[in-house]
Amino acid sequence: MKPDAGTTLSRNPQLNAAGQLTHLLTLEGLPPAIITQILDTADPFVSIGEREVKKVPLLRGKAIFNLFFENSTRTRTTFEIAAKRLSADVINLNIGASSTSKGETLLDTVDNLVAMNADMFVVRHSQSGAPHLIAAHLNATGRTHVHVVNAGDGRHAHPSQGLLDLYTIRHFKREFRALSVAIVGDVLHSRVARSLIHGLTTLGTPDVRVIAPATLLPAEVESLGVRAYHDMRRGLAGCDVIVMLRLQNERMKGALLPSPGEFFKHYGLTPDKLALAKPDAIVMHPGPMNRGVEIDSAVADGARSVILPQVTFGIAVRMAVMSIIAGN
Amino acid sequence: MPSRPAEPLPDAEAALATLAERMSSRVPHDAAFVGIYSGGAWLAERLARIVRGEHAVGFIDVSFYRDDYSRAGLKPNARRTDIKFEVDGASIVLVDDVLYTGRSVRAAINELFDFGRPARIDLAVLVDRGGRELPIEATYVAARLVVPDDRSIVLSRGDDGRLALSLEPA
Amino acid sequence: MKIEIANGRIVDPANGVDRVASLFIAAGRVAGVGTPPAGWSANRTLDARGLVVAPGLVDAAARLREPGLEHKATLESEMEAAVAGGVTSLACPPDTDPPLDEPGLVEMLKHRARMLNRANVYPVGALTLGLDGEVLTEMSELAEAGCVAFSQGDRPLVDTQVLMRAMQYARTFGHRVWLRPEDPYLSRGGVAHEGEVATRLGLPAIPAIAETIALSTILSLVRRTGVSMHLCRLSSAEGVAMLRTAKAEGLPVSADVAIHHLHLCDVDVGWFDTQAHLRPPLRGDRDRDALRRAVADGTIDVICSDHAPVDDDAKQLPFGEAEPGATGLELLLPLTLKWARECEVTLADALARITSRPAAILGIPAGTLSVGAAADVCVFDADADWRLERRALVSQGKNTPFLGHELVGRVRWTLVAGDVVYER
Repeated sequence: MKPDAGTTLSRNPQLNAAGQLTHLLTLEGLPPAIITQILDTADPFVSIGEREVKKVPLLRGKAIFNLFFENSTRTRTTFEIAAKRLSADVINLNIGASSTSKGETLLDTVDNLVAMNADMFVVRHSQSGAPHLIAAHLNATGRTHVHVVNAGDGRHAHPSQGLLDLYTIRHFKREFRALSVAIVGDVLHSRVARSLIHGLTTLGTPDVRVIAPATLLPAEVESLGVRAYHDMRRGLAGCDVIVMLRLQNERMKGALLPSPGEFFKHYGLTPDKLALAKPDAIVMHPGPMNRGVEIDSAVADGARSVILPQVTFGIAVRMAVMSIIAGN
Repeated sequence: MPSRPAEPLPDAEAALATLAERMSSRVPHDAAFVGIYSGGAWLAERLARIVRGEHAVGFIDVSFYRDDYSRAGLKPNARRTDIKFEVDGASIVLVDDVLYTGRSVRAAINELFDFGRPARIDLAVLVDRGGRELPIEATYVAARLVVPDDRSIVLSRGDDGRLALSLEPA
Repeated sequence: MKIEIANGRIVDPANGVDRVASLFIAAGRVAGVGTPPAGWSANRTLDARGLVVAPGLVDAAARLREPGLEHKATLESEMEAAVAGGVTSLACPPDTDPPLDEPGLVEMLKHRARMLNRANVYPVGALTLGLDGEVLTEMSELAEAGCVAFSQGDRPLVDTQVLMRAMQYARTFGHRVWLRPEDPYLSRGGVAHEGEVATRLGLPAIPAIAETIALSTILSLVRRTGVSMHLCRLSSAEGVAMLRTAKAEGLPVSADVAIHHLHLCDVDVGWFDTQAHLRPPLRGDRDRDALRRAVADGTIDVICSDHAPVDDDAKQLPFGEAEPGATGLELLLPLTLKWARECEVTLADALARITSRPAAILGIPAGTLSVGAAADVCVFDADADWRLERRALVSQGKNTPFLGHELVGRVRWTLVAGDVVYER
């Protein structure tokens, strides 16, 4: 049963009436032109990090609130650096695990901050859909000048990570349409994996693979446009890009996996498994890495690892996202 | 505004030669030429070869320093600013194809100051079309002309490297 | 008071009636169908030309939120909602706060409902004390207080030994047991149907086997104990298949489905719309189609509203944190008519699913317009178009995925025991 035309469900909630990006919630459903625009815009921002004065005045006077309901020093720091390089004012709010434990609902918190002239929220939340809720609330209450950037919601999406992964791949490999990309690890719980898959398929990557035991793959994963492998050796054969996912501590033993050791044996990236991919394949990881669980140190520190450039690109990509959105 | 009879556009290559000649006698021997993308960048490259002296070349993209971001959002196709020489204490000639309101030059100057403190900045333009909205003037000008507000003067570069001026709708 | 409902299309599935005629009501009972009783003169006449005159609807599952959950809704507001929706008898599940595990609570609820003079309320009592799944309740006492069946509400009963004993005990005294089949381990942490949509949205999932595994256990125990079992809120195609097999085998089972599950599926969650957060979850379109066919062919006996008023605050949360449930009393009729039109089911057959059949399962004298029956009547305009807006809803629960939709079918008058308790 389709909702009425004109309800929020019928239009992409990330785009304004003119089809421009006004929130970044997920890479799913974003037109390829917009993804490409973000990647192209990130280019000049990379060079700003190499200057003496690493700032441009683009977002001067804008107030960006980092609303982190789930702890993350890394992501929060990169967003903070990115915002400050755009000359914005950054305010960090670590709300902790549950806003309701403070008695204030998520939307009440948002309303209060908007009243303090927030221009943009960078939101991380443990529940899938939290940034969508905030964006829908802002749209419904006519506050279209306030923007939302999803810094990771539950298992659903981590679009800025997806974009920086795409940027990294484009930087080293140029053309998506000829690539084989393998994503290895806990796909079931990974918002990084979902975002990257949407980004890759949107940009026309013909061969996207996920490699994991059955316990770590979501139901009907192939409906996302990927091929699923349980055998890492077969899955890595001939790949141009290998993306290793982080395995959360709490998932390492129990009913999903018996032990980190057994996981490493079958799904850890070691030099001999890497050798099955193309000779010039690159190795990526969203970080932080669990050495000896997902990835062998020799590979992480080796010549094909582009894990550190990912971090640099991450700041530039986030600068690109914020400057595009804040101007729309 | 009533349309005036069209003033003929100068030949770009001839204007470039005129500009170079005017600069050659006065520009510091070691001045760096910084061209504003994309017309100014082409001009800076050419001028560095023809104008007497040793001139480092840099390129500047002003997209992130413009004053119309709140109104018009981020313009697409921003390029990388590329300044490889030391800006502190440098003698710089900013190069642009057309000087109009002066806002691009203001943005370029602000951006240069984020790299360091230059000893002096001069401005060289191919065409000055008047219509200033800021107190900015060019040190070196090849041609002055007036065109209607609804037109832009555009510098283009052919595959053979030849520069040409044309009039486009704004 | 003598009331004549004149010239409507009387549709009484239990008696096989479907014709244009007048209905005559006196002393709270149906006094005549088509032919007035001798010496008839009406105190009030309702002009039912162009309208359908049906037995008052019987809703097998409507949460009234009392006792204990009055911030979500009160008996007053929900009883008004019931009659606005043409519902004259409803069964409420035991998962209130405290649960309906004590005769005193049941009597109080029935008393309060009677005083309001709206719909008839038939509580379903708790199967175990506190719904904790350990100690049986005093089913006879509860039945005497007015409980029509015994259930665990939405609380799972995992201890199969306790479950078997509860069924044996109920069987001994001829009580019915109502259970919603859901395995708590497979559904643990889940908020959406396991499938493509939950995978894309990154929502923790509840696989269909959570239903079928629980169903399997329940049906085995029914076979063993012979208890009359009513299966609540089926949601999956596989569940329907198991039900069909069980009925073919002759097991004493009946089943219902919630009206929302006949129309919506997991795709309707859209971009995390909490109005579509239901329990059991909205499953795939294959499942929805199987449910629709099963109601049409009688495998599923009854359509209920599964009415669950939820306050706005509890819905304006991220999907996984939002409270599941949708308001339904006022939508039961139009959405049943919609299903009937789409599945080419006659009006009489459709109305049977929300009148005579639920009445039979509840074991109550309702859902018919036989002469002598209580005059519980629902007079409605089957063709009336209306737009579902918040202010059109009488219930305190404004939570529905159909907000903003155009619906067809609207109640004009509702009568309970011969009194007009609602008119528009």
